Amino acid sequence: MNIVVCGKVIPASSVTIEIDSNTKRMVRKGVTHELDPAAASAVEEGLRLTEKHGGTVVLITMGISDVTIGIRNALAMGASSAVHILDDAVAGSDTLGTAKLLAAAIKKQPFDLVICATESSDSYSGIVPGQIAHLLGVPPVTFAKEIAIDGSKITIKRQSESGYDIVESMLPALVAVSSGINEPRYPQLKGIMAAKKKEIKVYTAADLGLATDQVGEKGAREKVLTIGRPPKRQAGKVVTDEGEGGKQIADFLAEIKVI
Amino acid sequence: MADVIWVYAELSDERCTPTTLEMLTKAAEVGKAEAVLLGPAPDDATQTLANYGASKIYRSADAVYRDYLTLPAAETVAGLIQQHNPAVMLFASSYTGRDIVANLSARLDCGAISDVGDFVLKDGSVETTIPALGASYQNTSTLVSQGTKLMLVRPKAFEAKTNEQPLSVEEVGGATAEALRTVHMKERVAVKREGPQLEGAKTIISGGRGLKGEENFAMLKELADVLGGAVGATRAAVDAGWVPYAMQIGQTGKTVKPDLYIACGISGAVQHLSGMKTSKFIISINKDAEAPIFQYSDFGVVGDVFKVVPQLTEEIKKRKGA
Repeated sequence: MNIVVCGKVIPASSVTIEIDSNTKRMVRKGVTHELDPAAASAVEEGLRLTEKHGGTVVLITMGISDVTIGIRNALAMGASSAVHILDDAVAGSDTLGTAKLLAAAIKKQPFDLVICATESSDSYSGIVPGQIAHLLGVPPVTFAKEIAIDGSKITIKRQSESGYDIVESMLPALVAVSSGINEPRYPQLKGIMAAKKKEIKVYTAADLGLATDQVGEKGAREKVLTIGRPPKRQAGKVVTDEGEGGKQIADFLAEIKVI
Repeated sequence: MADVIWVYAELSDERCTPTTLEMLTKAAEVGKAEAVLLGPAPDDATQTLANYGASKIYRSADAVYRDYLTLPAAETVAGLIQQHNPAVMLFASSYTGRDIVANLSARLDCGAISDVGDFVLKDGSVETTIPALGASYQNTSTLVSQGTKLMLVRPKAFEAKTNEQPLSVEEVGGATAEALRTVHMKERVAVKREGPQLEGAKTIISGGRGLKGEENFAMLKELADVLGGAVGATRAAVDAGWVPYAMQIGQTGKTVKPDLYIACGISGAVQHLSGMKTSKFIISINKDAEAPIFQYSDFGVVGDVFKVVPQLTEEIKKRKGA
């Protein structure tokens, strides 16, 4: 089974995010990057499926050259190769621009299943997987918390407001996995060594047949007008518990007339 | 002429979801509100939509919308949009809403804005406010594409108020193409939840990683019981398997807005804060004085949750008994 995983490499959780006031975008250049934990879960799910059913996992990502470290991490986990969409012209792509680029790159690979994280941990829009599915013309099977494949049929447990739904579709399909679907493996030394020799194909927008006015800042339908820190909530009183902490909270509850 | 604003109506447990009614209220405030309701629904659903401001309802009761996910609804809505060209269409930031918007935005090549907390319409263009999320920056955004602007709206962004309109329903055709029946909904499984529901709870006691295990949620339940509240959790606690997903509060869980929120052993990750920070009063207990949650709290105790919470529960019992 040929599995393509779309995942993002994002500024590490330890990085304090800065915003460039000119572009109104997150500053990504020169900051430490890591494979998005949500993407790591998507890679892990792909690897588990190929361990069961055979086949390979190819990671596709888009980003500046700083993201290579995260691509290597996915390769060290066990992905067999990677595709990196690397092009200054794609900076500032909105969700649809991103989906067009990823879909075009996926089309260059043979695939039975595309796995995406439901949403990235740095922008949370959550609609890119469904857009990619439409552009590829495959069924969108979303919010999966468990995946089973039987022949050419995929069955998932789909997260719902009241529990979960059993949802079924035929391959090829796109599945978006929810956070917590698995615990991604840590790369082992052997995997890290092997990753150094694995291929990372690099594509530009032009390689993917996309004009630069369709993607990037120019092609974006969504424009950020202003960006800034939200007004901070006025922090209240903080006390250190010296044996009376619970009682002090009760006093506060009495003050706000809850008890 | 007033801008026409459509709302995609969703049902849960046979009733219009709160977010549907919140969006309708807002739509009717800024323009002429209309709703699209697809799939089998109780008889009074259209009346409820009219009661909350829908001056017209596009309606199909075809079971295809219930039995097959996303594609039939997206096909029908896309057709309706092309025919009527509303200024804006609002969808709840729910599982269904996100799937349909993803498909529509690609199909109509128009893009979409997610996580909208508020919006204004100015001469056919739209300006949205996206509350701080992810990178904890708040932004305002617009869509520069022609035609209907698609938006995903956060739950509880607006307050639902009745605004009765005469009932006007237009039947629309079902999506018949076989190719739309590819994502088959086989079965809906409800996971039983005990105690009061998070939605609508006036008081919520929530636990995070600091609770260290499933068994310690009983301590929160006791506190919730004396305050008449519900128990919630962070993604960390849910991912660890201590409590079911239905209890998850945060960006990938529920958005809540109770009068009182007591955060126990919760550090205050952005993911969690985005689901609860508009609570009226926030109290937090955490052993780490540097935990971000304290910056959002009206009252905080740096201490051991396993000591502070039981003492609080006892103290409330004592005072209530007095």
